[in-house]
Amino acid sequence: MAEIIQEDKHKGGKKKPKKHSTAIDMTPMVDLMCLLITFFMLTTAFAKPKVMEIALPEKIKKNEKVEPPKIAESRTLNIIMGPNDKVYWYPGKADPAALVPLRETNFSATGIRQVLLDRNRALFKKIETFKADVTAGKINIRQDSVQSAIRQLKKTDDTGPIVLIKFYKKAKYKNFVDIIDEMSIVGIAIYIVTDIDWLEQNMVERALGIPLTATAPPTAKK
Amino acid sequence: MPKIKIPHKTPHVDMTPMVDLFSLLLTFFMLTATMKPSEPAPVDTPFSISEKPSPDKNIMTITIAKDNRVFFNVDNGPDTILHFRPKILEEMGKRYNIVFTPQELRYFEKNSVPFGVNIKEFKAYLAAKDNEKAKFEKGIPIDSTDNQLGLWILFSRKVNPSAQAVIKGDNDVEYPLVKKVLDIFQDKNLNRFSLITSLQKVEVVEEAKK
Repeated sequence: MAEIIQEDKHKGGKKKPKKHSTAIDMTPMVDLMCLLITFFMLTTAFAKPKVMEIALPEKIKKNEKVEPPKIAESRTLNIIMGPNDKVYWYPGKADPAALVPLRETNFSATGIRQVLLDRNRALFKKIETFKADVTAGKINIRQDSVQSAIRQLKKTDDTGPIVLIKFYKKAKYKNFVDIIDEMSIVGIAIYIVTDIDWLEQNMVERALGIPLTATAPPTAKK
Repeated sequence: MPKIKIPHKTPHVDMTPMVDLFSLLLTFFMLTATMKPSEPAPVDTPFSISEKPSPDKNIMTITIAKDNRVFFNVDNGPDTILHFRPKILEEMGKRYNIVFTPQELRYFEKNSVPFGVNIKEFKAYLAAKDNEKAKFEKGIPIDSTDNQLGLWILFSRKVNPSAQAVIKGDNDVEYPLVKKVLDIFQDKNLNRFSLITSLQKVEVVEEAKK
């Protein structure tokens, strides 16, 4: 203790401790924080992907005999996804004797959507007016039961098309998502993702102008 | 007339409350931020109009990359004490007569990244350094002779029955591969699942044609 005091005395109090102001310049810190906040805000807002729900029919067991469901030919609409985002469609049933020509369209707003909309107008209108009524407050319904109400509308509908979605082997995953998305945009009540027929495969190949690869199965019908 | 003297003030603003608020916000965003998990392969997801956010927990993600490799990922469940991931790996190991050490299981639990690794190479994959892991990512076998994806799905649902399947596919994956994966789903009685998409709004103009 004593020594320290001695030392102090030597310097004779010439050196006064510099008086620092207690205020710190916080500008760089604020700058950095601004930057970080912006970064985190933007990344959190965009990180969340969306999901689209889809249900497949239950697989039929091998030794289980199930009659294929009977559907009206007049309501059937076949959509075949081709290569290069091409979409082919034909109504009704493919008959090897009387080949219906495939009609080609695409994923634009005037393409396959218009085709589907033309056939599904009644149901589409019903859903749209229902949605409009809910937003306008004409129908008093809880927000979470809107979806099930729409599902009910779809269930009771018997005018819209039954859409069979098929894929030519060169189709892309994008087409798979796009076409199912179209179904929900237009509000199609019944659609099924199913395997492509050998006949339809030939129809697509004929439309593309490439050699046919598929042939009729040896047995008449499976 | 004497001039009015304007008191000379220093243009100093007290930034303390602002800094306080900023720290609070920063802490909040940092804690809530879910870091984008690193992807072993880049995947461009297609667009759809669906606005449903993807679930955080109880999901198993099947990623299909552009180069036809299939990846799988599953989460630890809603609570970390459930230890779903090591249990699934253990089941998987049992099927292939591979015994995983507690260290390996623990490592697998902590590192929840999509993997596309053959189960027979899994031990080497777990032991490899981060920058050497890529050579094991050849995609999970999905052939009918060695259907490991099917087993991963089976055991994930056995360990965590409420696990939902989510497919994350690239735009350019060819349909036959998608079909193969969907067939495996149907085989395992997994008929409801979701597809990961990006949001794109669509306006439908319904003009009445007469």
